[in-house]
Amino acid sequence: MAHLLMIFIAAALVNNVVLSQFLGICPFLGVSKKVNTAAGMGAAVIFVISIASVLSSLVYQYILTPLHITYLQTIAFILLIAALVQLVEMILKKMMPSLYSALGVYLPLITTNCAVLGVALTNVTKEYGVLESFINGFGTACGFTISIIIMAGIRERIEYNNIPNALKGSPIVLVTAGLMAIAFCSFAGII
Amino acid sequence: MNKCVERLYNGIIKENPTFVLMLGMCPTLAVTSSAINGLGMGLTTAVVLVMSNALISLLRKVIPDKVRIPAFIVIVASLVTIVQLLLQAYIPSLYDALGIYIPLIVVNCIILGRAEAYASQNDVLSSAFDGLGMGLGFTLGLTSIGIVREIIGSGAVFGLEFADKIHYEPASIFVMAPGAFFVLAMLTALQNKFKAPSATNVEGIEISCGGNCASCSGSTCAANHGILEAQKAAEKAEKLAQAKKAAQAKQAKAKKED
Repeated sequence: MAHLLMIFIAAALVNNVVLSQFLGICPFLGVSKKVNTAAGMGAAVIFVISIASVLSSLVYQYILTPLHITYLQTIAFILLIAALVQLVEMILKKMMPSLYSALGVYLPLITTNCAVLGVALTNVTKEYGVLESFINGFGTACGFTISIIIMAGIRERIEYNNIPNALKGSPIVLVTAGLMAIAFCSFAGII
Repeated sequence: MNKCVERLYNGIIKENPTFVLMLGMCPTLAVTSSAINGLGMGLTTAVVLVMSNALISLLRKVIPDKVRIPAFIVIVASLVTIVQLLLQAYIPSLYDALGIYIPLIVVNCIILGRAEAYASQNDVLSSAFDGLGMGLGFTLGLTSIGIVREIIGSGAVFGLEFADKIHYEPASIFVMAPGAFFVLAMLTALQNKFKAPSATNVEGIEISCGGNCASCSGSTCAANHGILEAQKAAEKAEKLAQAKKAAQAKQAKAKKED
């Protein structure tokens, strides 16, 4: 249990997917203007990454490894993720319209999000089992959600501040991200 | 021949993927902690880009339009796997340094973007040169960001230390994660300052890839653009409503005063 908790904390805070591994930078900078949309994006990412990491781990252990074709992992995972996102979108639309209307618009954004593929590959390189993969995926996605919501909160405040002309727009967002990354660096001490 | 030179110029200078289009931000931030890593990543991406552009251009009349994106993704993923295995066999030091970012070249938007915007509509030779130009442009971007970070962060260029540690204390934060954000922030701020053509200082667009969906249309990023457009429209409507309300309040006040 302690082992799983450790994986979760390491994935969510210490090796934060955005601020220390630089995966999923596009949505982090693009969809972080308002806290509401950021939270929606975060929820969708948690949903997809958790499912994707379990499925990719199953595919790796029960299909790729027995057939000795583990070198095809990149192709297998990217196809799996693309198909999964489409499938999740269809299922949500049919079965849970309310959840679909909340997450639907963010789902297509996630297919080419490098965070999803990144987690699947990390699970393989760290030789995690299915349960560990799920915890790692869930933790990574939680880390993404935490950082994108903090970012959106800061950006809502920045709107009303007086910023030098040259820094308006993306530069100030990147500086903010850098300061957040410094803060997240200090989590390295907790494990 | 002229067209090939034009494609090279377009990729390296006019539409440089790092400085102008602001595409592929993940590797740009992640692997530029030293100039040599940036150079390695850039060249690896360039090799994949040339091969994928050529292959997709060859297959452009065979691939049905409806399933072109999955087909492109499979082609790119196969090429990346080949390049990854070659790196592992012949340049293990670079393979270890880049780690997980090599397979992640698959989701680099430059590659799918070029496939969609150029290679799927043009002949093989100019597509290959388009890939070469874009790849070299990306290499130039990553290497120069890597050089800046290495000079400030560890007082060296390509691993050669130029300063003794007594007179020059390197700010090691610049080779760590936060430094990547700061260097990119400085770069975009300078581009804003001198009004250099770049995706980040186009009026009203605030997205890392600049919302430059013309260059990667059809990829899922286009949906991203759709959301941004909807957001912008909603904000505009809100502002209009507020202005209307204010005007009405003003009128009511004027009436009262009468």
